Amino acid sequence: MATGNPKSSEITPERLYLRRREIIKNGALFVGTASAVAGGLLALTGRRQPAPPGKAAPIASAPEADGGVGAAPGVLTVARSTDYADGEKKSSFEDITTYNNFYELGLDKGDPARNGGSLRTRPWTVAIEGEVHKPGVIGIEDLLRSFPLEERIYRMRCVEAWSLVVPWLGFPLSKLLQRFEPTSNAKYVAFETLFDPEQLPGQKRRVLDWPYVEGLRIDEAMHPLTLIAVGLYGRVLPNQNGAPLRLVVPWKYGFKGIKSIVRIRLVADQPRTTWNEAAPDEYGFYANVNPNVDHPRWSQATERRVGEWGRRPTLLFNGYADQVAHLYRGMDLKKFF
Amino acid sequence: MAKPLPWLKPGILVGGIVPGVVIATEAATGTLAADPIAAMLNRFGLLALVFLIASLACTPLNVLFRWAWPARIRRMLGLFAFGYATAHVSTYVGIDQTFDFAAIVEDFAKRPFILVGFLAFVSLVPLALTSTNESVKRLGYRKWKRLHRLAYAAGIFASIHFILRVKKDLTEPLIYTAILAALFLVRGLVSVRKRLKTAAVASSKP
Repeated sequence: MATGNPKSSEITPERLYLRRREIIKNGALFVGTASAVAGGLLALTGRRQPAPPGKAAPIASAPEADGGVGAAPGVLTVARSTDYADGEKKSSFEDITTYNNFYELGLDKGDPARNGGSLRTRPWTVAIEGEVHKPGVIGIEDLLRSFPLEERIYRMRCVEAWSLVVPWLGFPLSKLLQRFEPTSNAKYVAFETLFDPEQLPGQKRRVLDWPYVEGLRIDEAMHPLTLIAVGLYGRVLPNQNGAPLRLVVPWKYGFKGIKSIVRIRLVADQPRTTWNEAAPDEYGFYANVNPNVDHPRWSQATERRVGEWGRRPTLLFNGYADQVAHLYRGMDLKKFF
Repeated sequence: MAKPLPWLKPGILVGGIVPGVVIATEAATGTLAADPIAAMLNRFGLLALVFLIASLACTPLNVLFRWAWPARIRRMLGLFAFGYATAHVSTYVGIDQTFDFAAIVEDFAKRPFILVGFLAFVSLVPLALTSTNESVKRLGYRKWKRLHRLAYAAGIFASIHFILRVKKDLTEPLIYTAILAALFLVRGLVSVRKRLKTAAVASSKP
């Protein structure tokens, strides 16, 4: 009785045994197919996790802000703070730094936060030239020391009908321009972004005519609301937001706010601007926020605040009409959009 | 005898549902993107296009490689295309425009890409409604087949919709359009060959 052989009733019948093998095989194939299809679809339709903002663009080379003794790295000292957004809730630091249009660092909104690490913001110089009495080149450290930084909470309205409320740090562009003494021939200001495909890998593909250029009329440039931003939320500007310095014109669509500026040229004639050249019927030189002038492919009457589900009405001049409407008196805003 | 490839349909079914569940879960928990509505619109729309193209690829794959299995999942692929297109349209109508039909009508009138996208969706509706075996019987195979050629129209409309929507970089929509064009080419060549054959047979008759 003590033999090692199992009873015949305990032996799995061959047919069942083969079926079990088949079931396991089919199960494996099912799981394989399902994961391949699901994984493939998720990869194809772009499920990309944005990198945490701090990691992608380290503020390692943060400037020694004035009075920076004991200050945390990247923290800027601010002279005063003014709310220009009528008490609206500020967008979160995460939303502001992971939802960016900065094609030089990638086309997807999350790309700039992921790819921003390749941009080196120190050393950095800005050339100011053209119709000025004292043309020159100014280094970023000098720039940060030259003007008291103030915090300004502005609405930011993208031409794509989304918006943010951003606590920028910076100084009025007029202060910078005055230092180089514009001549009476200076009727416009032309801006240029850094061109360096190694640092800004998006420039390897000719999605736009690089480098990115923008422009303002001189009265727009000298307007007290027009800001050169060097930081946000009390810290040095993250690379994906246009470090080390960018333009902020709160009553215009976001694409006017040229990033990572290396050249400012005062000129007599209206300068060419990148998006206007790419699609003249879609993006004008002025690009003032205007709910009554639609983009050819979508309405500008409403916008979505990033982080919210509903839509809100878009305000004429992005809510800054009292301060800037006089600049455009008598102009047909539908023609000069 | 057991059906061949018993794992195929369940595998596609589960694999096709998972992306939708992932998107919906991420949207509900606020981890999808800073602009979840845009992300939902883009992803549901792209999923619909991918499934539509996959369903249109079944016959050419059979012609080119003599594979029989794509025909067995074609209906499921088509229904997935319709399902994700429905999710895409519902997101636009319900969440993006919050059922503001005046704004939607204005969008239609002013923005061709939305109108073209709507045409793509509308062409899928009768296909989904007649996707059952009973419908094939009721309509008769020839009539049913002719109706289901609307899938080509949906594919063309969806590609145009995608091309018109993109702001600057056309690479992605053009890749899908190229795949679609290649599939049409295969079908075109097959039908030409068939016609030539019939003509040859007809002319060889005494």
